[in-house]
Amino acid sequence: MVKNPSIDTSLLPADAATEPLLAVDNLHVEFTTRQGLVRAVNGVSYTVNAGESLAVLGESGSGKSVTAQAIMGILDMPPARIPKGEVRFRGTDLLKLSDQARSQIRGQRIAMIFQDALSALNPVFTVGWQISEMFRVHRGMGKRDAMKKAVELMDRVRIPAAKQRVNDYPHQFSGGMRQRIMIAMSIALDPEVLIADEPTTALDVTVQAQIMELLAELQRESNMGLILITHDLGVVADVADKIAVMYAGRIVENAPVHDLYKNPGHPYSKGLLDSIPRVDQKGQDLYAIKGLPPNLLDMPPGCAFHPRCPYRRDNCVTDVPPLYEISGTRGSACHYYREVLDGTVE
Amino acid sequence: MAPSSEAILEVRDLVKHFPLSQGIVFKRQIGAIKAVDGVSFDLHRGETLGVVGESGCGKSTLAKLLMALERPTSGQAKINGVDLAKARGSELKRMRRNIQMVMQDPYTSLNPRMTVGDIIGEPYEIHSEVAPKGDRRRKVQELLEVVGLNPEHINRYPHQFSGGQRQRIGIARGLALQPEIIICDEPVSALDVSIQAQVMNLLEKLQNEFNLAYIFIAHDLSVVRHISDRVAVMYLGKIVELGKDADIYERPAHPYTQALLSAVPVPDPEGREGRERIILQGDPPSPADPPSGCRFRTRCWKAQDICAEQEPLLEIRAGGHLSACHFAEAHDVINA
Repeated sequence: MVKNPSIDTSLLPADAATEPLLAVDNLHVEFTTRQGLVRAVNGVSYTVNAGESLAVLGESGSGKSVTAQAIMGILDMPPARIPKGEVRFRGTDLLKLSDQARSQIRGQRIAMIFQDALSALNPVFTVGWQISEMFRVHRGMGKRDAMKKAVELMDRVRIPAAKQRVNDYPHQFSGGMRQRIMIAMSIALDPEVLIADEPTTALDVTVQAQIMELLAELQRESNMGLILITHDLGVVADVADKIAVMYAGRIVENAPVHDLYKNPGHPYSKGLLDSIPRVDQKGQDLYAIKGLPPNLLDMPPGCAFHPRCPYRRDNCVTDVPPLYEISGTRGSACHYYREVLDGTVE
Repeated sequence: MAPSSEAILEVRDLVKHFPLSQGIVFKRQIGAIKAVDGVSFDLHRGETLGVVGESGCGKSTLAKLLMALERPTSGQAKINGVDLAKARGSELKRMRRNIQMVMQDPYTSLNPRMTVGDIIGEPYEIHSEVAPKGDRRRKVQELLEVVGLNPEHINRYPHQFSGGQRQRIGIARGLALQPEIIICDEPVSALDVSIQAQVMNLLEKLQNEFNLAYIFIAHDLSVVRHISDRVAVMYLGKIVELGKDADIYERPAHPYTQALLSAVPVPDPEGREGRERIILQGDPPSPADPPSGCRFRTRCWKAQDICAEQEPLLEIRAGGHLSACHFAEAHDVINA
């Protein structure tokens, strides 16, 4: 399907067909702070294909959002710096493109939804104006046509009475409706990749269910690649095809979603799954991963998870584990992933 | 420790309306936000009552009423038989000692300019009978140890601690006056997943040790189930269903509870395609102008004429526990 005829097709090399839609390859991001150099992302690699959902799971400070911002090219540089790595979109390394070429891609072919819709929307413009801006700026449409498109989009994300509400301001909408407006803006130009950074964290569960259903439906309709950034193991299990677990700026495990929930291959993912309250454990202590996430300014040597790990041995303190290949589609960054998979703790 | 049958807190028809006024010089009331509108329940010694519901349903106003931070419009909340709203002076002070609170956000609920020792010891300034002056430092150190922090960190400031440790400081402050009731308002929702379990375990340990009664307000239903003996589901200022945890989670009878439970993502991808999903349409109505009759009827798939005319009472219906629906029907949505 030719999606955006106005886009310069010279961006697409001949081998685009064999490349994944979006590939992050050995990405490093560091920030210069007053306290020192913070290595927020240390060699992250993942791929997303058209129609596929990748969940990036991690706690605050794990580097999941920074990776997404690097893909979008919305990191403030400085203080951020990308010393190494590639972000390939249809085979082209985005990090090597000029600012102008990047802004052609940003919003049009790779779009992003943010967590807090109220602060992501401009309070002094109507929502219709903000949605139609996409068409005016990127497509050169006139005001009236662009507004008509905005109403269509609001209908598509199921905002009731879109025609009447198009001239309302963001504060006149509820949290769930605002998030729908954000989604309308992000899908306005039929992007090929959609990055959703904690899209439902600020919402109630019943509204969360509505939004996740909407996202899944839009993805099915337009065959987008979806990157879902979250810390919620439940949301991941509901929508993802594959999952990348991040800890302290690295991917510690990647796997198809069914495999990971059935049998996690890294002590951290195992610990997260074990700490979910289950019905049959009522009245007992929950399993808790002991200790705290590491300080990014002062990372432990070797495996970053070793101070909290029940599988730790001497070489974990000295050797950084590579992402071992478990099977064609799975990897774990643990020296003892076999034991984790077998469930034996010494 | 099993909860005893003695009710330590009795709440009857508690109502809190916040007036909405118009005009600058001549203010006149044009309506009211019905934040809490007729809530009744008992809390027993050593028991945990979970309170769940969406934002705006009145959970936090309820907590404020029970803390005597807001005066109720009508109704009563009795602690050990004494009405909180009628108590004055030294009696009110004594009652406040008995009910303490742990806040949601450990980053904003601790004063950054005070040391941990001052924060935890501050309740003793007001209630000096609990700990005489010379004794306070030792008491604070004991509390730090109880919540799993290093007693030598008494002179540190909040920013030197992580989120989970700060929440432990908040819990220690809540324990300082040896209350019988602690209200936990979303105590783990601001914490990282791997830290939540640690704080939950601590709360359970403290309950067993001191025979505390908890009112546990949260929106995470699996966390509530884990810690609660009984659960109350609130919608627009009213309790729509109240029962033992198994009643609510396995035999929910109110359509709202069923929708709420089915909306919670299950952390297991097996069978996700076939799972029953009740997706509610729209948002909750405004508490300033709630629908007539049953408040849930505007989003309910079972609604009929009677729901608009007659308000369903909270009484024992299908499933053998309290629910407020004319068409209550027990239905296990999780394992359906």
